[in-house]
Amino acid sequence: MHLFVQAVILGLLTGGVYALMASGLALAFGVMRVINVAQGALIILGAYLSYSLYQHIGLDPFIALVLLTPAMFGLGVVLQLAFLRPLPDEEREELSLLVTWALALGIEGLLSVAYQTTYRSTITSYADRSWILAGYHISVARGFAFIASIVLLVLLFAILRLTKLGRALRATVQNPTAARLLGVNTRTVSALGFGLSVATASAAGAAYGIVFPFNPGSHYDLISRLLTIIVLGGLGSLGGAVAAALLMGVAESVFATEISPTWSSFTFFIVLIAVLVVRPQGLFGARVRGAI
Amino acid sequence: MSALLEVEHLEKRFGGVTAVDDCSFAVELGTVTGLIGPNGSGKTTVFNVVTGYLPADGGGFRLDGRSVRRPDPSRLARSGLIRTFQHARVFPNLTALENLVVAAPQGWRAAGRARSPADLRARALELLEEFTLDGHAGTPAAELSFGQRKLLEFASILMSRPRLVLLDEPMAGVNPRLVEGIEQHIRRLHAEGLTFLVVEHDMPLVMRLCDPVIVLDRGRKIAEGDPEQIQNDPRVLDAYLGD
Amino acid sequence: MPFVFGAAWQMNLFFFTVMYAALASAWNIVGGYSGYISLGHAAFFGVGAYAVAITFNHVGIGGGYRPFYVLPLVGIGVGAASVPIAWVAYRTRAATFAIVTVTLLFVVQQLAFNLRSLTSGSQGLSLPVPSFPVSTYEHPFYYAMLGVLALSALASWYVRGSRLGLMLFAIRDDEDRARGLGVQTTFAKVSSFALSVGLVAMAGGIWAYYISFIYPQFAIDPLVTIGMVLMVYLGGKGTIWGPILGAFILVPAQQYLAYRLGASQLYLVGYSAIFLVVMLFLPRGILPSISDRLRHLKARRRPERTEGAVSDEPVERVAVS
Repeated sequence: MHLFVQAVILGLLTGGVYALMASGLALAFGVMRVINVAQGALIILGAYLSYSLYQHIGLDPFIALVLLTPAMFGLGVVLQLAFLRPLPDEEREELSLLVTWALALGIEGLLSVAYQTTYRSTITSYADRSWILAGYHISVARGFAFIASIVLLVLLFAILRLTKLGRALRATVQNPTAARLLGVNTRTVSALGFGLSVATASAAGAAYGIVFPFNPGSHYDLISRLLTIIVLGGLGSLGGAVAAALLMGVAESVFATEISPTWSSFTFFIVLIAVLVVRPQGLFGARVRGAI
Repeated sequence: MSALLEVEHLEKRFGGVTAVDDCSFAVELGTVTGLIGPNGSGKTTVFNVVTGYLPADGGGFRLDGRSVRRPDPSRLARSGLIRTFQHARVFPNLTALENLVVAAPQGWRAAGRARSPADLRARALELLEEFTLDGHAGTPAAELSFGQRKLLEFASILMSRPRLVLLDEPMAGVNPRLVEGIEQHIRRLHAEGLTFLVVEHDMPLVMRLCDPVIVLDRGRKIAEGDPEQIQNDPRVLDAYLGD
Repeated sequence: MPFVFGAAWQMNLFFFTVMYAALASAWNIVGGYSGYISLGHAAFFGVGAYAVAITFNHVGIGGGYRPFYVLPLVGIGVGAASVPIAWVAYRTRAATFAIVTVTLLFVVQQLAFNLRSLTSGSQGLSLPVPSFPVSTYEHPFYYAMLGVLALSALASWYVRGSRLGLMLFAIRDDEDRARGLGVQTTFAKVSSFALSVGLVAMAGGIWAYYISFIYPQFAIDPLVTIGMVLMVYLGGKGTIWGPILGAFILVPAQQYLAYRLGASQLYLVGYSAIFLVVMLFLPRGILPSISDRLRHLKARRRPERTEGAVSDEPVERVAVS
């Protein structure tokens, strides 16, 4: 039982970080109907940047976030303008998939040239320590990563609920035509929304880099998990993405502990299939029938 | 004898708005039944539920007396219930002829047959002729005018010899000459035994063509009867003129 | 070109060009005809590769020409096995479908790593080197792959001219309407998928035998999927010759890039750049763009047509692909 609860705790900690990563993906899809396959690569980019900052300046990743996040926001806007805006509306979903995959490859290539393919890890001073809470271990690194993710998620939700941009984003997600008619400049909103979604990648990357060893190729593993999470949660649903991320984090952790660590990455796939058979629109997605 | 289509206590909500509220009516076999109501009366929503495009929140409907558990356009089509759309949905990249051929009911074993085998071609050409589209048999549907596409859509649904045809505002956006043409087609097919449920805004047309006429207002049925009864029903006038 | 035999690197180039032409043609049956973008085809390529490798190592089939005889079985077997997977995947649409197929890719790769007793995991599996005469060593592989290309092109052509093709094109235009008319959409989608991946698996089997040693990350490689998708888009989605043209252009370009930049990872950047250029500037592909241009020229030469009796407002051109 103790082991089980420990696994659940670990799962929640990891799930929290996945939640931040997946929310960026869900936002991009919701606002622009774009599947950003490069999100994994952008997260790894974030991980490398915070790693470099730590290596050369000794800046703690969680503090480096303050610098990285606006930078990645800017990168996101640039990417949207250069590669996503030119895509025609009707084929946007499928083309964005391919274009962002190309971007992911490009980022992987550039990172490989810059950092080689050896595995890195941002080893901070607290990397090996653990807290003990009610008899359960919580590694400090994972703990901080989780806290940072939750804080940023709350911040993201606050931006969406309380700011003008956030309202414009939500309107665009719900009904782009109506939003446009109400005076929302969907083109600008799309660019800013994408910037926001890439900004989450920087934070998630910093957190990821502390907990897991990574190399340029790690983005594949990441993106396949994140894609599964947003499908599970229902494409475009932020709340769904968060819920699905936590669920998958726990499921994977419990599976690894109780059944088998080598096969634990399969939990994602198994849960995905199980849900799709029953609910093709995911847990929180809307059933879209091309009727009206 | 049960009606061909029986809608029973149908309910549908969209967020806080109840579009359809305990709505019940029946479409008898062999009629051209009209479904009218002011804007917001829920008639389009009922249409979408009955054709499997929207799930109901409550109630249901029966086809041939048998309750339709989980309505699904594909299964409904196989039971003989097919609909058209206001904006004339056709397959734009297929030719007019192919639009009809693909709509013919064929089992999976027919997948290996030629794209337009002789028998299906013949039947399709016959239908195209009836709708004066035979000259455009080889034209991609995208290049047809709106009126031609409306006719093409109508012709396609006849390929599978349906029993109940649901027409969603068949005259919307159509020029007066074509309205007459479509009306003639409906009359002719009705005489041949087809049952229609028509949602329309064109009142004179509905009164000419349909019997009975069902009136919805705010999601419920408020009146039903022949055109004369409906035209003189104070509740109907109230609903349209508002209060 | 295909019948001129030269140095080993040339044969290698021919082999891979023909291989990708076969893969692209096969992918086109799903991606081009029905409009469903499958990003997991490389998984089936790998399954075919491992199927042949495993029959060597565990069933003991012997070398020489025998693996080529196993190929049809591999194709049919993989095609049949894909049916339940396709059935589940096709319950989703568009983007979700693409994501599900991507996930499939990674899952199969994981399986290849994890099922060590069968696949020797990351150590890879070897296939016996056949004792073909040295001077014409590559020829049997090349001819076998040419055979799969022919099969692929033939299947592509046949489906296009059949009712199945008509159903797929209707699905691509408006799937919900097709269902509403009673068209057997699930059957059409699943059967086209099975056919497509069966062909891809056969190509994988030949590839495995050709390179004699397979590893999970190369047999089930996302770049293989990206390659075939890119070639189809470049040449023209939904056409018969487009995918083949795409392969004939891109494989030599790919090989050149690998030769020049292969050592460093800049190869990936180069690949990514080609990809982006094609996607952003030539999204309709070469053949459709040419036929569009021809149609415009023809239309301009014809005098203005007057509308027929049933005349209404002329309709806006819907993008025809």
